[in-house]
Amino acid sequence: MGALRIAQEEKGWLANETIEFVAKYLGMPAIAVYEVASFYNMYDLAPVGAKKIAVCTNLPCALSGGVHAAEYIKKKLGIDFNETTADGRFTLKEGECMGACGDAPVLLVNNHQMCSWMTEEKIDQLLADLKK
Amino acid sequence: MTVQGIILSDLDGDRTWRLADYVKRGGYEALKKIIAEKIPADQIIGEVKKSALRGRGGAGFPTGLKWSFMPRAFPGAKYLACNSDEGEPGTFKDRDILRYNPHTVIEGMIIAGYAMGCERGYNYIHGEIFEVYERFEEALQEARDAGLLGQGILGSDFSFELYAHHGYGAYICGEETALLESIEGKKGQPRFKPPFPASFGLYGKPTTINNTETFASIPFIIREGGDAFLALGKPNNGGTKLFSVSGHVNKPGNYEIPLGTPFSTLLEMAGGMRAGRKLKAVIPGGSSAPVLPGSVMMDCTMDYDSISKAGSMLGSGAVIVMDETTCMVKALERLSYFYFEESCGQCTPCREGTGWLYRVVHRIENGLGRPDDLDLLNSVTANIMGRTICALGDAASMPVQSFVKHFGDEFAFHIEHKKCLVPKDVQHEGSKIYVA
Amino acid sequence: MLDIEIDGKQLQVADGSTVMEAATQVGAYVPHFCYHKKLSIAANCRMCLVQVEKAPKPLPACATPVTNGMKVWTHSEQAVKAQKGVMEFLLINHPLDCPICDQGGECQLQDLSVGYGGAQSRYEEEKRVVSNKDLGPLVSTDMTRCINCTRCVRFTSEIAGLMELGQAFRGEHAEIMPFVEKTVDTELSGNIIDLCPVGALTSKPFRFAARAWEMSRRKSVSPHDSLGSNLVVQVKHDTVKRVLPLENEEVNECWLSDKDRFSYEALNGPDRLTAPMVKQGGTWIETDWSTALEYVANGLKGVVAEHGADAIGALASPHSTVEELFLTQALVRGLGSGNVDFRLRQIDFSLDGKMAGAPWLGMPVADIGRLDRLLIVGSFFRKDHPLIAQRVRQAVKRGLKVSAVNPAFDDWQLPVANALCASPSGIPGALAAILKAVVEDKGTQTSPEFVDVIGGVVVDETARAIAGSLASGRRVAIWLGNFAVQHAQAGQIHRIAQEISRVTGGSFGVIGEAANSVGGYLAGAVPFGKISGRNASEMTSSALKAYLLVNVEPEFDCAAGASAAGIIGKADMVAVFSAFKSESALGFADVLLPVSPFTEAPGTFVNCEGRAQSFYPVVKCLGDSRPAWKVLKVLGEMLGLNELTIDSIEDVRKQIFGKEFVVDSSKLDNSVLSEIVVLGSVGAGLQRIADVPIYFADSIVRRAPSLQATRDSSEPAARMSRTTLASLGVEAGQKVRVSTGSGQAIVLATEDEGVAEGCVRLAGAHSLTAPLGALYGEVSVERL
Repeated sequence: MGALRIAQEEKGWLANETIEFVAKYLGMPAIAVYEVASFYNMYDLAPVGAKKIAVCTNLPCALSGGVHAAEYIKKKLGIDFNETTADGRFTLKEGECMGACGDAPVLLVNNHQMCSWMTEEKIDQLLADLKK
Repeated sequence: MTVQGIILSDLDGDRTWRLADYVKRGGYEALKKIIAEKIPADQIIGEVKKSALRGRGGAGFPTGLKWSFMPRAFPGAKYLACNSDEGEPGTFKDRDILRYNPHTVIEGMIIAGYAMGCERGYNYIHGEIFEVYERFEEALQEARDAGLLGQGILGSDFSFELYAHHGYGAYICGEETALLESIEGKKGQPRFKPPFPASFGLYGKPTTINNTETFASIPFIIREGGDAFLALGKPNNGGTKLFSVSGHVNKPGNYEIPLGTPFSTLLEMAGGMRAGRKLKAVIPGGSSAPVLPGSVMMDCTMDYDSISKAGSMLGSGAVIVMDETTCMVKALERLSYFYFEESCGQCTPCREGTGWLYRVVHRIENGLGRPDDLDLLNSVTANIMGRTICALGDAASMPVQSFVKHFGDEFAFHIEHKKCLVPKDVQHEGSKIYVA
Repeated sequence: MLDIEIDGKQLQVADGSTVMEAATQVGAYVPHFCYHKKLSIAANCRMCLVQVEKAPKPLPACATPVTNGMKVWTHSEQAVKAQKGVMEFLLINHPLDCPICDQGGECQLQDLSVGYGGAQSRYEEEKRVVSNKDLGPLVSTDMTRCINCTRCVRFTSEIAGLMELGQAFRGEHAEIMPFVEKTVDTELSGNIIDLCPVGALTSKPFRFAARAWEMSRRKSVSPHDSLGSNLVVQVKHDTVKRVLPLENEEVNECWLSDKDRFSYEALNGPDRLTAPMVKQGGTWIETDWSTALEYVANGLKGVVAEHGADAIGALASPHSTVEELFLTQALVRGLGSGNVDFRLRQIDFSLDGKMAGAPWLGMPVADIGRLDRLLIVGSFFRKDHPLIAQRVRQAVKRGLKVSAVNPAFDDWQLPVANALCASPSGIPGALAAILKAVVEDKGTQTSPEFVDVIGGVVVDETARAIAGSLASGRRVAIWLGNFAVQHAQAGQIHRIAQEISRVTGGSFGVIGEAANSVGGYLAGAVPFGKISGRNASEMTSSALKAYLLVNVEPEFDCAAGASAAGIIGKADMVAVFSAFKSESALGFADVLLPVSPFTEAPGTFVNCEGRAQSFYPVVKCLGDSRPAWKVLKVLGEMLGLNELTIDSIEDVRKQIFGKEFVVDSSKLDNSVLSEIVVLGSVGAGLQRIADVPIYFADSIVRRAPSLQATRDSSEPAARMSRTTLASLGVEAGQKVRVSTGSGQAIVLATEDEGVAEGCVRLAGAHSLTAPLGALYGEVSVERL
């Protein structure tokens, strides 16, 4: 799992060739690695934008604006969930529980950077920072 | 956070997680005591039993008893695993424990390793809180550098290695055997039990798995004694517990309170209902726990026995609070979607049933419900419950059953009138972005 | 032992048994899909939920261990309610397209839904659709029907040894697939068709050919490798439609190799010879049997009269039946000649007349699972013996340590603890080194005749490791593979390997190339014994005046390849007994006699462990073809040979096996009369290593179109190690010309680190490489 995570960090997403490379490196059957890559949803099996933003819309977050935050980002970026902006900068995903419901609305940028209490102003700021 | 706590007490956010601060707070004293006094393993397990500490992950199994299941004279490796794969909607306590007090988990695990004769442990951390994983790695290095972890701990002949492992987006890995599969680098599909992890766990070796908060309670129990811990709570419900309060409250967050504290007190601590609106419903133990009407909750105390008597579970201590602006059908639709998405796909009832449940609830929410849909939901959940490999089938079913049971009228209204009892704009107003 | 009560019946079961095993023992059927006795337990289908006393929930019978005093109800209300609930879930996303599904009529889901399914579905949402996968030419997919039982996934990783299928994605999106764009290439792939409890995986060659209930099921035995897998041949309108395994725990268990399963396609193919043919004035004409046989009888009489009986010879395929092999030798010997052989790819016959009996495996196949040490010498093990390799693979999981001495290694999909790679001519020396190390290890001595052999050899690390492994075993076996038997110093290899087994106290055996590699000896189809004569090598290196070829295609089946066909073609008369026409036979033969393949004639194969398995025809003879034993009998009568006046196939069997029709175990003996062994010199030039590709080994598989479309049938390449390639100035991927004294072949060069230095591995038994002649010896390679 760590190997796939590192490969994804380097390549941006997990192409079949990348999975095959990891499999060879670990001495595992390629399908066994593919099983793992397709099971965990933080692995991307298709290209994503430079910044992948996942918004939690699960119930606890939804009660504190998770859905609104997602709608706001959709409007700002002009894309829906699972879409990438034309300039390839952003991909938006609907996330499942990130274990930070108290911080709702919560966004996760490129799997690793968690942003809490995302008001519209903070979303604006974040998008502006990410564009740099 | 309250002063009564033992895990998150006296903490000052991000600044005090480091080893030096932890030691100042009495950290690693328990471990040092064990090493210095050569306390026998049995005595440690006895102390944990005395404390009436129950697993903080959700099932509430007595920790001391679990530890005593580990085979003593087993030749070869035994493993310890910490379950920090916190992905149950509503639960966010382990993140704070690992962020603000990682060393208490490390110390707890070392002590557990000592008590059960494990030489190696893993902490499996939810993939989405990757920054916490990175911090935990740092904390581990601090402990290693201080001789608290690794070969010959504190100059004794006791050795214990501890590693951090991260998930990467799969709720099911919070199930203990799925977690073991995932540590082994496989996809996280739960194993059939028996054999139980205590006899056939990680890499086929005896393994004990506990929740982060459980391990975090251990240093206190050893330092102050099991009785002191028990005294914090109530009989059979020892100690304090972290409650993650989310939803329609003014101050969502983690609150560490003694078990047995009234729900009303907890609600007050969380700043009360947002905008003074009326409490409608509470899920008291994470999204898998049956929902309870607000009125029922107001009479409960926050402990395993009281909540269980009221017809739900204390679970992981994730309290999701919903006010009168909440549409219960929409709320259930979102939860059902979650279980549908997170089913591992291994066994039939869950793989097929979670999708069915979601589609029916989705239909009702969208005005396409049919008169016999509620019977159908009850029947399908009955066919899932108790028939699956792991508890995810039950977890997906219990919200459906309880929502239909307690808020059947609202569902019936949807089906009959093809619209929601709670007007959309009211719903919208109630759940817009809210930051305290 | 544990006491358990199932549905009111008391019984005792062994410790560690599951409820499912106990239920099977007591005859209670528990419905199931994912459970299979040969696979690991998955407990994922949940169909086998049963009620257990004191358990709050129904438990899966397949995964629940029996505890003492347990009470189980397999059909109680609680159990049936659970089973019906699961059935409903299985069906909600199933397409219910039984009328157009090949599995219809033999589908576990269909059968069980009759008992546990509802009449009407309560699921009214959209059903799931799963895209089909290309698994290659043998297995067809309809993945929407899949119930995710993962039997196929477990089969590839546990039985076939390489995980070629997996369950990707999760939840409702979970689907069974190979890694993107990969096919399932294992030589055991057809078994996943049998394992699939629904119509998700079906047979591609059989697709839409017949309904299960329209076919009759008839028993037979596979004519291919030396295991003799038991078959159920399914027949409709006197045509073989499909072949399935007949379960025999002692032989093939419940498996079949793809070769056994799919070769039947050739039986209905366009190449079949359906009428006797005679060449007159250079053109072939179809004729009747009496004319054709008279032609042969007269031809043989003429040759005997003019050149003596010794000018006549017979070559028979080791895939022929024992009866055919016996009658062939009886006919030749009846005429006074000893020129008969069935060991077509063998070139060293130095042990002829010195062996105490017929070479065989030296142990029962069923005992393979109990071995703890095994040394395999000179074998393309996995492809030559797919199901024996499978048994070894399972034994490895129980602690068997496998060592091997080979000139070229493939991935056997099982761990080889010690692999000693030596050039072909280096193999006897490598064995001598192991012998030396074993003797030193054990502190004993070799028999006197081996003293010289081990005197000069240097023991390297691998040889010592193999010796150590063998010496530490309690149940040891040493086997010679096809390469060892076909080696130029096969006799030496045999003797040294046997001496190793003697010193280590292990058993010694020969795995055997073909269905009757043992049977041919028992039938006396060898040029020694009553009347001795020329062996296969001699008969194909200088021409006789008349040849009888029984199921032989010399350019592919004989060690000398195309040059053997050339030599045979020089004879005055060549009579070919064959089920198939071939361009080559039309060239060198004078008479073509259409004889029936195993599905159309009775016969017996004696497998590697000495098990004689007889079978009867499952369909009528195609056209005018006739069983070879009858043809030989009539020909013998025409020639006035008393030995061939027999009434029935049983008469023939009696002559071979005696009245009791059992193999006399004293006739199976690998030991050799003692004689000093001297090592030959190690070759200096580039040596050829020729494997016989799995689907080119005999005349039937060669003509099975689906097997010919697999990866295992791809064009042979010149495989060499990186250093060998470099020393020749060749790069992988370039075309090269490989030449021998007798011919040349133009093939691709590829890099293969499994091949011994200074060697080129280039498959035989293939039209591309047949011109090269010998399978073994020096070759030259040049870049084009």
